[in-house]
Amino acid sequence: MNRILPVLTVLLAIIAVWYVAAYFLNLNWANQQIAREGIEPTFSALFQNTMAQERPVLPAPHQVAVGLWEGIAGQKITSKRSLVWHGWVTLSATLAGFAIGSLTGILLAAGIVHNRAMDQSVMPWAIASQTVPILAIAPMVIVVMASVGVTGLLPKAIISAWLSFFPVLVGTVKGLRTPDAMQLDLMRSWNASANQVFWRLRLPSAMPYLFASLKVAIAASLVGAIVGELPAGATAGLGARLLSGSYYGQTVQIWSALFAAAALAGILVLIVGWIERLTLKRMGLAR
Amino acid sequence: MMAALPILAVWLGAWGLNAWLARFDTRATRVLVALIFGASILILWEMIVRAYNVPSVILPAPSQIAASFAANTRTLWIDFVQTILKGALSGWLIGAAAAIATAIAIDRSPFLQRGLLPIGNFVAALPIVGIAPILVMWFGFDWQSKAAVVVVMVFFPILVNTIAGLAATDALQRDLIATWSAGYWQSLWKLRLPAALPFIFNGLKISTTLALIGAIVAEFFGSPTRGMGFRISTAVGQLDMPLVWAEIVVAALAGSAFYGIVALIEARLTFWHPSQRT
Repeated sequence: MNRILPVLTVLLAIIAVWYVAAYFLNLNWANQQIAREGIEPTFSALFQNTMAQERPVLPAPHQVAVGLWEGIAGQKITSKRSLVWHGWVTLSATLAGFAIGSLTGILLAAGIVHNRAMDQSVMPWAIASQTVPILAIAPMVIVVMASVGVTGLLPKAIISAWLSFFPVLVGTVKGLRTPDAMQLDLMRSWNASANQVFWRLRLPSAMPYLFASLKVAIAASLVGAIVGELPAGATAGLGARLLSGSYYGQTVQIWSALFAAAALAGILVLIVGWIERLTLKRMGLAR
Repeated sequence: MMAALPILAVWLGAWGLNAWLARFDTRATRVLVALIFGASILILWEMIVRAYNVPSVILPAPSQIAASFAANTRTLWIDFVQTILKGALSGWLIGAAAAIATAIAIDRSPFLQRGLLPIGNFVAALPIVGIAPILVMWFGFDWQSKAAVVVVMVFFPILVNTIAGLAATDALQRDLIATWSAGYWQSLWKLRLPAALPFIFNGLKISTTLALIGAIVAEFFGSPTRGMGFRISTAVGQLDMPLVWAEIVVAALAGSAFYGIVALIEARLTFWHPSQRT
């Protein structure tokens, strides 16, 4: 209760601000429309008009809610208008990219912890690679792959993988290095091989770090999948919904796609958090 | 098959050199190892492209990219000014100022903090770039809409970090400054803001890359006939890959410089922090 009340208050305040903003942003168009129909421009007439425009500058929250509901529940899920279908297209690319990216990150981290030459060679470039706005090459990756004949899920997954691999790499390297000299010495005194040290000491102690970075990575890989759908005129996925909405001025469609993406991101992070709790509990690491 | 031999030789040679150098582990060899690795990747890239006749549509050689970079410096500079200086930098400054001001404003109300922090954390994980088409509609095609996208993108990471930073002083320190009868603003200015600086800079550094991404991606939704995002999408349409890669080089250089400058300011302002003392 101590935490829910403030959050609810802030959320309500945001919705209230949104309604006020929707009224003022849509006022211009409402004035024109009402003048054309010859109705008395009273406040209530204007207000009703701003709340129910076909293509508002800023749709009111309930319009977005209706758009979201129709997109999710109002269509058959195989329909091209269904947000569930578009969400699934984006989700599959996200998950594929997340799997590739986090696996690469973990493998590289294991290599970096065990090999000093690799540490000194790869790590500075991995860090430098993050100052590069990688999303900028998204259109290129898609076009290049299309010219080789690879289309559909894989190009988007590669962009997702590229975005999600770095947090996992850094988090895992940090985690694999948490065992201190004392614990490593203890393992050595038990005559443990490098393999055993990795599986029984380093990997378990890296788990909390790994999961923290997996949460960041899955959100990043969703962003990657959505941006990957923007450039090459993709016809499916939440990113394509955003793009076609912006071409045709369908603001309600844009906002519904945006909220669907937000909900998807929230659900994915929650699922990873749930797996984290379960795993850490099984391993006796839960706090 | 024969073409693969020199490539393998270069790879093994560079790797052997690095493995040998890494054993010394001094500051100079660390830099050297990283440089050798980067250079060997470039050489291998060039060799592979030449040996296997990879068409430049798929992957141009580094030399082609450099040539395109040299031939298009004027265009690249115009794009740099449009996207990085006008779009990303102005948006980043506004967003950072707004976020820090908001954090200080809600600092006095624990109620608002408890409400805003979970929401800020949640929003920071959302695909905010998706807001780009909406803002492009509102603010037009020129750099103002890009700056607006950047403001929204950098706001929440900096806000969350600043709130965490303002809570970073412990009760003992606050009591001490209270015994010196410091008022709210004095204790904020002399104790809590300096203590929050490492956190604030963490947020600022994270958001440098976000700012560039926001400015470039927003241009995919509409832009005047200049700008890096515009150039990338049109050059991809013309299959002029060396130019695309030249833009990426510019983006990489700008991103690294941006990050480097912020890190430099951080080192000057938070010289007392353990992570800065080596």
